[in-house]
Amino acid sequence: MDIHEFLVPPAETARRKGPFDRIVMSSRVRLARNIKDASFPGWAKKPERIRVLEMIRPIIEKLPEMKRSYSEAMDNLSTLDKQILVERHLISREHAAKSAGSGLVLNQDETLCFMINEEDHLRMQALRPGLQLREAWTAIDQADSLLEKKLDYAFSAEFGYLTACPTNIGTGIRVSAMLHLPGLVLAEQITPIIQSVNKLGLAVRGLYGEGTEALGNVFQVSNQMTLGETESAIVERLEKVLAQIIEHEENARATLLEKKPKVVFNHIGRAYGILANAHSISSKETMNLLSLMRLGVDIALFPGVDRSLVDELFILTQPAHLQKQHSEKLSAEERDLLRADMVRNRLKPVSRPLSKPAGASAQELDKPEK
Amino acid sequence: MLCCICKEREATVHLTQIAGEKMQKVDLCEECAKTKGVNDPTGFSLADLLLGLGASQEIEQAGGGIEVRCPRCNFTQADFKKAGRLGCPECYKTFSEALEGLLKTMHKGTRHIGKAPETLRQSRDLSDRLKTLQKKLAKAIDQEDFEEAAVLRDEIKQTTARLSSSPAP
Repeated sequence: MDIHEFLVPPAETARRKGPFDRIVMSSRVRLARNIKDASFPGWAKKPERIRVLEMIRPIIEKLPEMKRSYSEAMDNLSTLDKQILVERHLISREHAAKSAGSGLVLNQDETLCFMINEEDHLRMQALRPGLQLREAWTAIDQADSLLEKKLDYAFSAEFGYLTACPTNIGTGIRVSAMLHLPGLVLAEQITPIIQSVNKLGLAVRGLYGEGTEALGNVFQVSNQMTLGETESAIVERLEKVLAQIIEHEENARATLLEKKPKVVFNHIGRAYGILANAHSISSKETMNLLSLMRLGVDIALFPGVDRSLVDELFILTQPAHLQKQHSEKLSAEERDLLRADMVRNRLKPVSRPLSKPAGASAQELDKPEK
Repeated sequence: MLCCICKEREATVHLTQIAGEKMQKVDLCEECAKTKGVNDPTGFSLADLLLGLGASQEIEQAGGGIEVRCPRCNFTQADFKKAGRLGCPECYKTFSEALEGLLKTMHKGTRHIGKAPETLRQSRDLSDRLKTLQKKLAKAIDQEDFEEAAVLRDEIKQTTARLSSSPAP
């Protein structure tokens, strides 16, 4: 099966709704599991990795939730296919670098994704739009409980689930949410927020996880400690912190609009101006400007425009997605031209931003949707 | 301040990570920072760097100079120093002494209290129950409530039997 026929079209992905989705773009819970009596993927030789892959993959495919799934060995995917999966946040960059002996099983609505022989034998994740950490945890917990009946997990009473890296030992859980925080960035409050979140033992990362830049004002917040705390306690802690960050972001937006409305309108107006008129634009600049347009939609400067238009462009303008729409191999410069063409085209029906928010006062509009 | 890796050149790159109440600092010179990939955000994470540094020290101390090798997968301390990852689940036993200190700095606790595979969960529940019963028994004997003690003794016998018939964790 062709992965591109299987993947949900970006237009549809962008229309997914979830609680607090104007700030929380998605929620994710990942579990790391390993098989007893097998070396971890980074140390195992190729035949052992293949043996583990061939043992785990059919068991996952038989899960009731995975009835209609896409299952493939990583060496059967092209570099471009893998990059597209990374841009969709379905696999990690580390997994994209794998080939023989690693695999992927993904369900139809892209809510469950299993990476086989990434850093651990099995990395399974549940994904949900908006703020739905608890739902994601329940979903992945269920899948894990079914798998433990068929797979002999490496588990110790003292250390819990044993993982390749001691940082994941115990629960093997990583609970994370992807947040769009343009207000905190514009108000220059993002650094103290990140610092205080770090103090609580949580990590703040960029768009593609570990070691990546916060492009487009998108940040990932996740737990770091996995041992000595229950899964539900970790989920709860994340929930509390996220509620705080959401509140700070909404407050930052409201304060900016009240104290420095011209600064905000200026940023958004310029972002629109460039996106709607550029003939060459990099992926990085596009993301940063789309982030400002997304803010503009949130504060009602673009009446009649749905956030999904911006979110779809967020996906479509990334390098691999852009390359996928063209048969010949594109250079970075050619991609910049084609990206600008696409964005100009898609923004044709979008009128320039209002010089002040439509309808009710800006402050009212910025209260969290309850 | 000297670089904490080469201990030769002046440290110009300073990294701080705060986890819980602990603050960890790394001071590097430009060259070591480069080799460790600190300037390259794609390949670098402070946790990994700290893990690498801290872990190798701990393991060297624990090994007392003799190379410890995992009997199942042949993984050594030097491999861990290089990769920051272990070789197989068995390595946790092989390097347990060295890992203990490391886990303490990394995590909230050193004992797993979360989910466990169901078969093990049952035996964990049973052994928890056994502990409570034994405490109760001691208390009953203390208070000279021998009727209660007899009941508890029978229950302990039953629980022990069930525990030994279920798979050990």
